[in-house]
Amino acid sequence: MNLTLKIWRQKSANVKGKMVDYKVADISEHMSFLEMMDVLNEQLVNGGEEPVSFDHDCREGICGSCSMFINGEAHGPVKNTTTCQLHMRSFNDGDTIYIEPFRAKAFPVIKDLVVDRSSFDRIQHAGGFISVNTSGNTQDANATAIPKHDADLSMDAAACIGCGACVATCKNSSAMLFTGAKISQYALLPQGKVEAKDRAQNMVAQMDEEGFGNCTNTGACEVECPKGISLSNIARMNRELLSGSILG
Amino acid sequence: MSSKKSGLSSIGRKVLMALTGFFLMFFLLQHLTINLMSVFSPDLFNEVSHFFGTNFLIQYMLQPVLIFSVVFHFAWGLYLEYQNTQAREVKYAKYKGSANASWMSRNMLISGLAVLAFLALHFYDFWIPEINTKYFHGDMSGMLHDGEGMRYHIELVEKFAHQPMRVALYVGAFIMLSLHLLHGFQSAFQSVGFNNTKYTPIIKMLGNLFAILVPLGFLFIAIYHYNVHPH
Repeated sequence: MNLTLKIWRQKSANVKGKMVDYKVADISEHMSFLEMMDVLNEQLVNGGEEPVSFDHDCREGICGSCSMFINGEAHGPVKNTTTCQLHMRSFNDGDTIYIEPFRAKAFPVIKDLVVDRSSFDRIQHAGGFISVNTSGNTQDANATAIPKHDADLSMDAAACIGCGACVATCKNSSAMLFTGAKISQYALLPQGKVEAKDRAQNMVAQMDEEGFGNCTNTGACEVECPKGISLSNIARMNRELLSGSILG
Repeated sequence: MSSKKSGLSSIGRKVLMALTGFFLMFFLLQHLTINLMSVFSPDLFNEVSHFFGTNFLIQYMLQPVLIFSVVFHFAWGLYLEYQNTQAREVKYAKYKGSANASWMSRNMLISGLAVLAFLALHFYDFWIPEINTKYFHGDMSGMLHDGEGMRYHIELVEKFAHQPMRVALYVGAFIMLSLHLLHGFQSAFQSVGFNNTKYTPIIKMLGNLFAILVPLGFLFIAIYHYNVHPH
């Protein structure tokens, strides 16, 4: 298939960027979106131009590296799918495709489609951990019985790969789905109870400090999340924060 | 791990929107209940309106809370909207909001501002004349000038009979209110942390019923008074 690509080009963090048009020809419908980008970059390099920078790593939908806002949606038009798992059969011959970086003040552009998502790391550092005795006498995790229902919900929350699609797609650039998932995965388990009181407060405080917007419960994050993280995690975070701050 | 911050977080901010929203929804229900009386019994409407208009607790305790809630809900909503626009400095060239969220949830500012504009008209029609009569002219009797009966029902009817433009504006405002509530009702529950697989579907259904039936009730009353009195 032949496509017209409108891609955000920005040389570095401090210079202005702009949308630039490119043509690619003979794209196979079986290619992944990133392979199509590889074809474009090969074409650019052969023509003596700077290739388009974009994040990628595992290319099997589990690392959270790839991003891209494709035709107005994070990771493109297919639900529960990362950009690397998106295939060109989701597009038609002759299509014009908009490709932009994930946009948020807390995700500054480093170059082209690459954004700095270290704000997520800092939220995680603020409370996304548990204290474990590592002296060699660590208790076997399976020694603590956990209801199946709680374990399942915790695993569902832990499926978050921290890609940032929730922030990119939210009209307010809110990071509450990410933070809610990271708080929930611990809040649901007995091992997470030790730091529970402060965890939500500290992680939310860091989230606010990073400059993410406020959540208005549109639910767009849940729809666009490639891992299907549920909005109920945001409600659980709200409960955790309220009980932590009201009960002290 | 020690607590890092004690100020109002982004979650605290949305909880305040939810709590004032809950109070305003409760007020809407109470307002509708009294207004419906105007359709079925002018006398009962007069009596209840007089009670609500002169009762000490309602006038000096609940009314200030109501005024605070209205002002706060709007001012806070605008402030949060401003903060949210600041969170994305460079806008997308293509943004497909309709792919993942309802129009209502994405446009609470528009429906909210429409309701605010309606409130200005509504206050001009009813609240300001009421405050003027009671507190500036000191007339707490609730009676007509000629002393023949109570004034509330007649004042209500006068606003709508022979006033197609005003009825149309009210109808338009109730539609915007409905759109606002279609997202607002269930969103308020989510904001205070109420979300579970058993009750959330019920809350969403109740929210849709509330968002449709309450504005429909107000709309019915305006159209009723427009039609029932001879032109």
